[in-house]
Amino acid sequence: MKFSAVKFSAVRIGPRTFRHHTLALPIALTLLLAVLVLSLRYGALRIDTGTVWNAVWDYDRSDHRQIVVRELRLPRTVIGVLAGACFAVAGALTQGVTRNPLGAPGILGVNAGAAFAVVTAIYTAGITSPAGYVWFAFIGALGATVLVYAVASAGSGGATPVKLALAGAIISALLGSWTAAVLLLDLETLDQARFWLAGSISGRGTEEAALLLPIIAVALLAALFMGRQVNALSLGEEVATGLGQRTSIVRAAAGACVVALAGSAVALAGPVAFIGLAVPHIVRSVVGPDYRWIILYSALLGPCLLLGADIIGRVVVSPSELQVGIVSAALGAPFLIYLVRSMKLAEL
Amino acid sequence: MNRTARLCSAAAAAVLGLAIVGLVVGDYPVPARSAIATAVWDRGGEFDFVINSLRFPRVTVAVLAGVCLAASGLLFQTLIDNPLVSPDIIGIDTGAAAVAVAILAIGLDARLLPYAAFAGALATAVLIFTLSWRRGFSGGRLVLVGIGINALLSAVITYMLVRFPVERVSAAARWQAGTLSASSWDDARTLAVALVVLLPVAFLLVRRLRIMQLGNDTAIALGMRLEQNRMAVIATGCGLAAIVVAVVGPLGFVALLVPHVARSLAGALTVGVLLLTALLGSVMLLSADLVAQRLFAPTVLPAGVVTAAMGGPYLLLVLRRFNRAV
Repeated sequence: MKFSAVKFSAVRIGPRTFRHHTLALPIALTLLLAVLVLSLRYGALRIDTGTVWNAVWDYDRSDHRQIVVRELRLPRTVIGVLAGACFAVAGALTQGVTRNPLGAPGILGVNAGAAFAVVTAIYTAGITSPAGYVWFAFIGALGATVLVYAVASAGSGGATPVKLALAGAIISALLGSWTAAVLLLDLETLDQARFWLAGSISGRGTEEAALLLPIIAVALLAALFMGRQVNALSLGEEVATGLGQRTSIVRAAAGACVVALAGSAVALAGPVAFIGLAVPHIVRSVVGPDYRWIILYSALLGPCLLLGADIIGRVVVSPSELQVGIVSAALGAPFLIYLVRSMKLAEL
Repeated sequence: MNRTARLCSAAAAAVLGLAIVGLVVGDYPVPARSAIATAVWDRGGEFDFVINSLRFPRVTVAVLAGVCLAASGLLFQTLIDNPLVSPDIIGIDTGAAAVAVAILAIGLDARLLPYAAFAGALATAVLIFTLSWRRGFSGGRLVLVGIGINALLSAVITYMLVRFPVERVSAAARWQAGTLSASSWDDARTLAVALVVLLPVAFLLVRRLRIMQLGNDTAIALGMRLEQNRMAVIATGCGLAAIVVAVVGPLGFVALLVPHVARSLAGALTVGVLLLTALLGSVMLLSADLVAQRLFAPTVLPAGVVTAAMGGPYLLLVLRRFNRAV
């Protein structure tokens, strides 16, 4: 079945795979719903599903448990869903366009750029509220990505996978050391920034999400409709050109989507690694190499993974919490190592 | 005298010159002649404390740590045959840092720190090597597994930074940046012992590395025991990097950058190039330390911040050139 999907992915999919893929849809939706409910229920205070239901649909301010759900867990869950979908779709697009199995927003320097911008903003402008970080994080992510792409596309052949990964790693390291330098200059900045830097979706208001929602919506929709073009590109530059695609336009459009999505995600959740790397791989192992499906399912499963990591972080050291960035790194790094170990030598 | 020998002499002269500048320059003014005299033949006297307890050990540590880092970077880059690899990129430094940050953040005895950091670095190296072993060795796999381990250990450090009070965390963050300003003669002695053991091994390995560079098949045909030699190279490289992290803290970009400079000046790996790399490592660290001391004087920056600031832009240039070549 996988073979047929490969064969037809650039043209059309056979009816059998189509049924197979649509069957997976209710499963993914159920999973998402389950994670949403768990995210509203679990935390330092365990709350039963009935109260959660009431808090969402029939809000009663006199019940403190409903207040917890409504004021703390609902915004957190909404932000988790948005950030998870953004990270995962950005990862899927990056992997498809660069044909790099290790392609992910983190590789493009998004996290390092956002961290540098936010730390600089706290240090120089004295910004203290997470809502104020949003645009700095977004612009930092954008700047880093553009820089990485510019460096990687120098010379002949444009931004090949190897060049892109190397440029991203080095610019991340450079920005990271500058961030460390600013943090050392000032104890207050370190105290402020360390929680943001850990990557967390708690304590962030829905206003930030509302600010970024238009960008996220446009970029997600565009990404969902870009599957065909990404399919062609994922077969290689020559094949895509041979199929009549203007590859530079598709690359630019996909790049804009990746930047918008990854920038929004980092602005919402802070530097959370590995969601963008892992989700597309998990999805691909189920639905095959067709990017129309990979992008769709990444958008559904990204939130599951991010919220899942967040729930684990709330439960394991309860009543304290582990930041979602820490949990996702703890889960994602072994996944990366597994992935690398299962890759063939020629693919490295 | 051939080109490499000339370059080595020039680098040695630069090390000597920078070391003297390092003795003379500082917040407390010391005349050049007295500085050298106090350090070398006329101990005691007015400047004894400033020179022999503060500046001379610091300069010595910078020289020795530079040698260790640069040599370790050259070994790794040659072994993996990728100019963008170094022990700090694949997580060896982070392994040491995770253990050290734990000690500082929990508030354990700081005297444990060098030993614990060394153990952390070696344990990380063993872990990376074991995990990347799958039906044989692959440089690419080693790098990627290393990047994964690096991310994991960074998360551990982040956890500790969030978990503990900011005063202790700040000590940990300062250590993590790598600073030379508190160096003592004990530190210099530890580095010297490590160099006496490891540097001759590194020089012995040069010939084998040159054979390995010809490719696996040729190396085997020439009768080389590949795996044993690879392990020797990795152990030596890790040892050199680990001892620096243990004594000084993680100093980024020295191991990554200096071998590039040496190779672009003197060409492919020879014993001379290893010597040049080692000397240039000292030059880079000595000058980074001077900048760190004097740029915002009297505030002293950690030397690691300066090496990163120097190294980053240069690496981007290297990358552009590397990209053109690919």
